[in-house]
Amino acid sequence: MSRFAYVAVLVFVLVGTGWLEVLLRARVYARWRRLLMTLVPVVAVFCLWDLYAIASGHWTFDVERTLGVVFPGGLPLDEVLFFVVVPIASLLTLEAVRSVKRWEVGDEAPGECVDGVRVDGVRVSDGDAS
Amino acid sequence: MTYTQLAVLGVVAVAVLDLAVLRTRLLRRRVFWTSYAIVVFFQLVTNGVLTGLRIVRYDGDAIVGSSTPVDAAPPFLGDGRIAFAPFEDLLFGFALVLLTQCLWVWLGRRGVQRTPYAGPPRVRMPGQRR
Repeated sequence: MSRFAYVAVLVFVLVGTGWLEVLLRARVYARWRRLLMTLVPVVAVFCLWDLYAIASGHWTFDVERTLGVVFPGGLPLDEVLFFVVVPIASLLTLEAVRSVKRWEVGDEAPGECVDGVRVDGVRVSDGDAS
Repeated sequence: MTYTQLAVLGVVAVAVLDLAVLRTRLLRRRVFWTSYAIVVFFQLVTNGVLTGLRIVRYDGDAIVGSSTPVDAAPPFLGDGRIAFAPFEDLLFGFALVLLTQCLWVWLGRRGVQRTPYAGPPRVRMPGQRR
């Protein structure tokens, strides 16, 4: 069982945020191409950081409590998956907050949205900095 | 470089990316700080498991606090740690979340799957607008 200790944390994060896609219509998974294009540089940058940290001895992993797949440089598969799962969870949270609070995020088409949601011609003012 | 130095550098670099390079300006938006407040709570919980169970162990030369003990859990609070994890992990997590959301918003602004927009929620949430 201990092999699954790290991955259990990742599953907890995925399950804990999954409902945001459905019940709050976060639509992160629905925009999967944009998600993939976001994840590629994030995973690359943080894997490089991790490899540097491992090489410098900043931290080590208890491989007995990871899946046991270790990439060259000593990077466990679980850690790579962390850099996929946590960004997805953070985007689901961002989009869920937008869905509920209708605050502007900054990617809205000009004139198409106010406060991050589609409107029918009526401008609603919002104190948000932009 | 130590983990402490890299973590500060990481936050500064991503903040510059957000405010000056890609100009997504998430750091100036309520939607970012609200979603980050939710994310950081769960980071403390999940990272507390990873560090408290010593699945990830840190070297005292790389962080402000001491090394993860060989035979016991690190302190829950104090000696540079918050919820078992080095406080540097909070900076690391902040950089991970901000970089992810910054790239996501930047891609959307450039027209990569800007739609379908998030919302409206299928269920009524506390603090929901309109």
